[in-house]
Amino acid sequence: MPWTKVIIDKADLDETLGRRGLRGLSYREALCEAQRQLLETDKSVFLIGEGIDDPGGVFGSTLNLHKDFPDRVLDMPIAENGLTGIAMGAAIAGMKPLFIHMRADFLPMCMDAIVNHAAKWNYMTGGRVGVPLVIRSITGRGWGSAAQHSQALHALFAHIPGLKVVMPASPYDAKGLLIAASEDGNPVLCFEHRWLYDFRGYVPVEKYSVPLGRGVVRREGAHVTIIALSLMVYEAAKATRELAAEGIEAEIIDPRTIKPLDEEMILSSVKKTGRLIVADTGSRTGSFACHIAALAAEKAWGDLKAPVRLVCMPDTPVPASPALEKAYYRGKDELISAARELCRKV
Amino acid sequence: MENRKRNCVPSAATRLALLRAMLRARRFGEKIIEVYGAQDMKTPVHLSIGQEASAAGVCLCLEREDYLFTTHRSHAHLLSKGAAMLPMVAELYGHSGGCSGGKGGSMHLLDTAVSCMGSSAIVGGSIPLGAGAALASQMRGDGRISVSFFGDGASEEGLFHETLNFAALKKLPVLFACENNGYATNSRLRARQPHFEIARHAAGYGIPGAAVDGNDVMAVHAAASGAIARLRAGEGPEFLEFKTYRWRGHVGPECDHEKGCRPKEELDAWMLRCPIKAFKAALLIEGLLDEPAYAAMLAEIDTEITEAWRAARSGPMPSPEDLYKDVYH
Repeated sequence: MPWTKVIIDKADLDETLGRRGLRGLSYREALCEAQRQLLETDKSVFLIGEGIDDPGGVFGSTLNLHKDFPDRVLDMPIAENGLTGIAMGAAIAGMKPLFIHMRADFLPMCMDAIVNHAAKWNYMTGGRVGVPLVIRSITGRGWGSAAQHSQALHALFAHIPGLKVVMPASPYDAKGLLIAASEDGNPVLCFEHRWLYDFRGYVPVEKYSVPLGRGVVRREGAHVTIIALSLMVYEAAKATRELAAEGIEAEIIDPRTIKPLDEEMILSSVKKTGRLIVADTGSRTGSFACHIAALAAEKAWGDLKAPVRLVCMPDTPVPASPALEKAYYRGKDELISAARELCRKV
Repeated sequence: MENRKRNCVPSAATRLALLRAMLRARRFGEKIIEVYGAQDMKTPVHLSIGQEASAAGVCLCLEREDYLFTTHRSHAHLLSKGAAMLPMVAELYGHSGGCSGGKGGSMHLLDTAVSCMGSSAIVGGSIPLGAGAALASQMRGDGRISVSFFGDGASEEGLFHETLNFAALKKLPVLFACENNGYATNSRLRARQPHFEIARHAAGYGIPGAAVDGNDVMAVHAAASGAIARLRAGEGPEFLEFKTYRWRGHVGPECDHEKGCRPKEELDAWMLRCPIKAFKAALLIEGLLDEPAYAAMLAEIDTEITEAWRAARSGPMPSPEDLYKDVYH
């Protein structure tokens, strides 16, 4: 289906959209359209973030929105924790703020507001006061962005009860999940990846939402399941092309939301294939991939024909030098090696 | 000048209401001390005894719709804002009928019916929340204002400075109400800040600020009503520092001198400046109050407290399944 497909090159794009006359948008345009439609349809929605009204518009994802909604697209002081608390206060008082960080690395500045306050408020008030706050952030990669501009911190937040965490990989999901997040009524973190911003895919014109907590099968396959997060969905898609040439049919599942997690989709795929690889953009120890591996060990032990393999980033900070970046990032090649290893063990 | 001064004096009814609010908060705290030894109120209580004037003086200037955010030391604020007492007591006992359904305890009390939207037990947490609710009011133009109560320790947090900067920038209708009791748990202000005037921080952000005798309820009320009038006129945030003293420990019913945390003479001196005793004496002299009327007020409050305790104690505990409820809205 065009809305479940991740498109990995020009030929793929032409095949999926061009011939059918479907509208293609980039990931950045899809995010921008989602926010525009939220601002148009709900007066309680506002956007706030450092430089979101500058000419670049957060890598294009908020481009020109301030011109049409000058009172609800707000630049802010460089005070991430305080402003997260302020956005939360506005949410408590009935607004639906979208807080935008150009880098996920700025989230640790806001841990008190997010972890101690936003995540807990509904529970501590016995369900009486919810916090409809969306926090967007972008994981960077490459060009020497290094240790403080390239972190994938989603697992930290998935650990915290009371938060929801989405990781859209496709333009279709970027729009639909962001709209669903804004309408959800809870604090939702949306982790985007900078390298996804130029990827194009089918995006309907109308306002729609993709339900939180529901994964999607990106590719069906009988031999091995690859659970892939964010950019790793594309790495997995590229890997499966090569694996198919060797006769290994990999199934790709994109959870889209890591909290709440679509456990049923993961477990039923593992039941079918008996082999599991998890591909995560985060570093390995305490990763979300570890959580999925634990899920399989607890609930799908009898279905597994081979050990679970994780393809994560190493337990080092992200380096700057191109030579070290090359050594750091894992993707298609590691997925291919892992799939070959698991499928040989039959 | 004389006329203006006379106009600032609140009505007799307001003055009696201020006394009543302070007395009610005091008796509520004293009731907790009375029952706490039984160890069936399993929640860390942070008592407001000695600090009732700032709560009463500010909250009696507020409308029901005005937002209030407060801290772990919230009892006097909530009661003065008009929060229902019974669900507060039920919450202290961890009952399902508590104002937070047994999920919050003493540090997380609220009553949305009177716009008390929750209490944070992380120092400084209430500050941005009040400013954020004020931002919402400003964006909607709904005419509400917000109050954030916090202590002197909170003025050392980054959150405090980040929030004051933004509130001043956007001219938010928020009152920052700092209750300076001189201690952050057991750390004295002089070990923490280079000066004793917390209100001075406000000036750095261009926010009108004043230090007020926090044990003089008339002074608190006058300062708060002036600040709130300016807030409602859209003149931007206001800052009030109330210099006061906490009679009991940071947490629990004991006094700090019993644990060697501060000199007894210091407490004795502040107890001579009891906000209730002083105000009662003034009202007696003015003839607005006599001893029988005071006794009747006290009896009425004690009856309300006794009744709230009786009703709250009979409520059920949450069921184990309730653990999993309310994680999400």
